[in-house]
Amino acid sequence: MIEAIKKTGISRNRRRILLAAGWTCIGIFTVTFVSAVARFFFPRTIIEPPTRYKIGYPSQYPVGVSERFKKQFRIWIVREIDRIYVIEAKCTHLGCTPNWLAAEGKFKCPCHGSGFTPDGINIEGPAPRPLERFKVALDADGQMVVDEALRFRGERGEWDKPGAFLKV
Amino acid sequence: MEKLFAKYKNMLKEKGLFRMLRDVTVHSQVWKSVFRHTFADTPKNRMLKVVSNVFMHLHPAKVKRHAPQLKYTWCMGGISFFLFLVLTITGVLLMFYYRPTVHDAYWDIKDLEYQVPFGAILRNLHRWSAHLMVITVWFHMFRVFATGSYKPPREFNWCVGVVLLVLTLLLSFTGYLLTWDQLGFWAVTVGTNMARSAPLLGHEGPFGEQLGMTAHNDIRFALLGGSLVGGNALLRAYVWHCIGLPLMISIFMMVHFWRVRKDGGISGPL
Repeated sequence: MIEAIKKTGISRNRRRILLAAGWTCIGIFTVTFVSAVARFFFPRTIIEPPTRYKIGYPSQYPVGVSERFKKQFRIWIVREIDRIYVIEAKCTHLGCTPNWLAAEGKFKCPCHGSGFTPDGINIEGPAPRPLERFKVALDADGQMVVDEALRFRGERGEWDKPGAFLKV
Repeated sequence: MEKLFAKYKNMLKEKGLFRMLRDVTVHSQVWKSVFRHTFADTPKNRMLKVVSNVFMHLHPAKVKRHAPQLKYTWCMGGISFFLFLVLTITGVLLMFYYRPTVHDAYWDIKDLEYQVPFGAILRNLHRWSAHLMVITVWFHMFRVFATGSYKPPREFNWCVGVVLLVLTLLLSFTGYLLTWDQLGFWAVTVGTNMARSAPLLGHEGPFGEQLGMTAHNDIRFALLGGSLVGGNALLRAYVWHCIGLPLMISIFMMVHFWRVRKDGGISGPL
């Protein structure tokens, strides 16, 4: 056998090719397996509170800040004279839930004292940027629908983008 | 048969019951198949005791007299390993009564505290050993640093030690959530919020947004099995805590101990 290998001189190459083919198979298998394991950690279905929900008709909201859905969805619905928008009740400092102080006309975070104007702009305390807003739109039945997947950040000038508010 | 009987009778007369039983046991085929050397106190046998035993063979066959001096090593590595063994044993026992579900977890811990026989001492052994292990691992690291034991040729083992430290902290962290009380819940909420800010992999980290990371496809989502700390996160913490991390830390410990021996012993000049 070894004699044959020495004589022909082909077998060394053949062995190299076989070796490369073998390692390629192992490599492909490993990469596939590792990718599959990585994908495995991202579940397809999760049971979590909805991120898209209805919040009633625009006519139900008089001018001002509404706390109607704060407990359920952690949002404020703010009605200005000509528009409605939805603010996420989550401090941009470390994520606590601020309070709406109606008498003082501002949002105030109990954790570290950040304050925000009714439209969500940070005016005091450690919060580095304004409160974020969620997408709001009108559904076919005339109710407003909030979609938490789309956020609008004031410091990026996104509050005037379509979807960031509802014209009324 | 009669010969054998006579032999034992003689032995009994010569050695007494205890020594006879010992000698019969030690010279039996079964005993010899397990321990393949005698126990006479000779240098060779001392070596064989270590070398011929799978559990002992990570340990050096010979230790220099000055090496394990307490004032030098503080025994912190040894104590850490001892605590790991305590945690493994008590942890496995805790698993018999604990169910990692949102519905049961908290009440199972309560049951362990107040209702399960020896449950309170079992849980507290696990809890206090865990706290202690974090402390002793840090002290071990400090000792190794203070005595300069991280220097070549031990620099690789220092790195293995750093991995062991991280795994110890991760074990501590994942165990924290399992009680499913306010303390653990918010600790893990805050802890995994850090993953949001991971570069590239987190949706609020540098370049995360540009790469299309959201709360539903980033590294935090993979850790929690969702976008918030819920049932999936509890189950994942449990599996990492009881299976994944212990497996990893065991492998790194094997390497660590083996390298201690290969790199010149637990302490002292080379």
